[in-house]
Amino acid sequence: MSAPERVRPRVAVFKMASCDGCQLQLLDAEEALLELADAVEIVHFAEATSRMEPGPYDVTLVEGSVSTPEQLEQIHEIRGASHFLITIGACATAGGVQALRNGRDLGETIRQVYPTPAYVDALATSTPVADHVKVDLELVGCPIDRGQLLAALAWLLQGSVPRPPTTPVCIECKRRGYVCVVVAHGEPCLGPVTATGCGAICPRMGRGCYGCFGPSQPPNTEALARKFLELGMSPTRVADTFRFITGYAPAFREAAERLEREEAATP
Amino acid sequence: MTHRSVEVPVVARVEGEGALHVRVDDGEITRLELEIYEPPRFFESFLRGRHFSEVPDIVARICGICPVAYQMSAVHGLERLFEAEVPEGTRELRRLLYCAEWIESHMLHVHLLALPDFLGFDDAIALARGGFKEAVERGLRIKRLGNDLLAAVGGREVNPVSPVVGGFSKAVSARELRAFLPRIEDALGEILQVADLVAPLEMPVLPRDAELVAMTNPLEFPMNEGDLASTRGRLFTAAEFEEVSTELHVPHSNALHSVFADTGLPYVVGPLSRVVLNEAALTPLAREAATRAGLHLPTLDPFASMAARVAETALALEEALRLIEAYEPPSPPRVAIVPRAGRATWTTEAPRGTIYHRYDVADDGTIAEAKIVPPTSQNLRHMEHDLREFLPRVLDRPDEELTRLAEMVVRNYDPCISCATHFLRMDVERA
Repeated sequence: MSAPERVRPRVAVFKMASCDGCQLQLLDAEEALLELADAVEIVHFAEATSRMEPGPYDVTLVEGSVSTPEQLEQIHEIRGASHFLITIGACATAGGVQALRNGRDLGETIRQVYPTPAYVDALATSTPVADHVKVDLELVGCPIDRGQLLAALAWLLQGSVPRPPTTPVCIECKRRGYVCVVVAHGEPCLGPVTATGCGAICPRMGRGCYGCFGPSQPPNTEALARKFLELGMSPTRVADTFRFITGYAPAFREAAERLEREEAATP
Repeated sequence: MTHRSVEVPVVARVEGEGALHVRVDDGEITRLELEIYEPPRFFESFLRGRHFSEVPDIVARICGICPVAYQMSAVHGLERLFEAEVPEGTRELRRLLYCAEWIESHMLHVHLLALPDFLGFDDAIALARGGFKEAVERGLRIKRLGNDLLAAVGGREVNPVSPVVGGFSKAVSARELRAFLPRIEDALGEILQVADLVAPLEMPVLPRDAELVAMTNPLEFPMNEGDLASTRGRLFTAAEFEEVSTELHVPHSNALHSVFADTGLPYVVGPLSRVVLNEAALTPLAREAATRAGLHLPTLDPFASMAARVAETALALEEALRLIEAYEPPSPPRVAIVPRAGRATWTTEAPRGTIYHRYDVADDGTIAEAKIVPPTSQNLRHMEHDLREFLPRVLDRPDEELTRLAEMVVRNYDPCISCATHFLRMDVERA
């Protein structure tokens, strides 16, 4: 007689506006992916399988930002079908690089890319999932860190909710003994205000951090902006440095807007 | 009148989101639309006003699977405009980075996306559990080698950080790269086993006419450098790309469709186009892998694409070996750039085919206008064309099988819908 089969949690993966890079972290997990498939049941993951089961789902991973009227409906449906909702990546948690269009005229944006604007249906803004529905856990990064994702799933399987780090990349550099690119090369670096998780890759590769993991807690963007100005950058360039891959995250958005207000007030 | 409709609401195992709608009246296809509902992300719009130095980091985000392709087209085009002389060794390190992307992308496609079709499984996990564990593990092992190599050179597998206009922010050490040599030697043996796995697969055939387009280079199999050629004798440069190829906007797709400007006909880019147009430049192992995988050149059959990917993986592995053995880090890793106004154009060979970038740059080094034509949007029209040719031959099959076959036709192109939208659900309507 065989032992009764253990009930495995049903996991779904959905995609909104994004580049696929975060869900690719699951496919890139390779051997771990096969192990994961033993621990959970992947019942919906369009990029990886023809199996597409309806909810309810125990754990749902959502990649991508909300950027079309259809997605706005879809995210409410996904939330309704999900017990525990995890948003993965800079798009789902901060609107993504495509949020750089936010604040610009949508009609003009569409005309700049598409010859027949009437065929294109988009919202005026690209926004994080949490702006629309309750999110149980956010995993940040562009892309997310595979280790963080697998650890989060392992925690959930044990019945706990993980708390990813919010300390800055700057601390990570000190811990790893990397040379500071600001001090040594006068290169602008968002490391002091960006959450760690990537392993301080950019300073390791001899360049400044550009904010993939979004704002650290708490982010002193004002002091860092002053430092960038001292390095000889124009206020516009400093504002653009904050308004980048995770530029729609509130702390970075406010930093960019503050610089622009100050510049506008300068005669 | 008999009426039948087949709908594939989400085409699985492709990168991005699309659907296929087919309507059949009296045994004839009266409507066929590959609907790309992947949302538009407007890269070409928000690139405007950004500094040229930010371009490689922005365009990498178009595609999580082939960020190197975007970065390479951008940096080469901008460097040519700025007349930058990159340090010696830069072109070799960039070719190595591209080899790494071809390896990981092709092995992802063959093992995780395509192979389950041909062996009758939903996905690679089911495939591994269904008696093909060794094959899946081998494929993932070669893929991991590509990913690790990409991370060593680029700093990270997805969205590499080291490629910059002017070179690399930091050049990987020779010691770090040489550590890859034993793994590459192993993979060179294993890729022939992949070829032997692919060879006996029962594949549909689609002997249809098509014009194949790829870069060519008299000195080497093209990745970063070369002009463009077609199987019907077209020869053109990246600067002439927009005169030769034009984009159409169709109501059912957020991705534009490319056609030849003069004939209005579609064309095909990708691994098959490359190996057909660059057969003479195949490396010895790539040639052996092609033969063992059952690829008989020249061929126009899109179902030969998987074998072409295996051959190109062998080529990329051999090239990686050669490049690493001869590697000396570029020093300094980058040169300073003085921007100037003008037009930058470039093409490179992404895993899915030729990718074109154009940047109009202002005096202050900011982007005034950008145009990016990824391989998938160039192939979309031909995917519809292939489906029109193929589906009438199999209309007697039940809906489920028809759907699977239609997806296989699309998957030949390894479409990356995230890229193209700047893709698949299927429905077939029939009585």
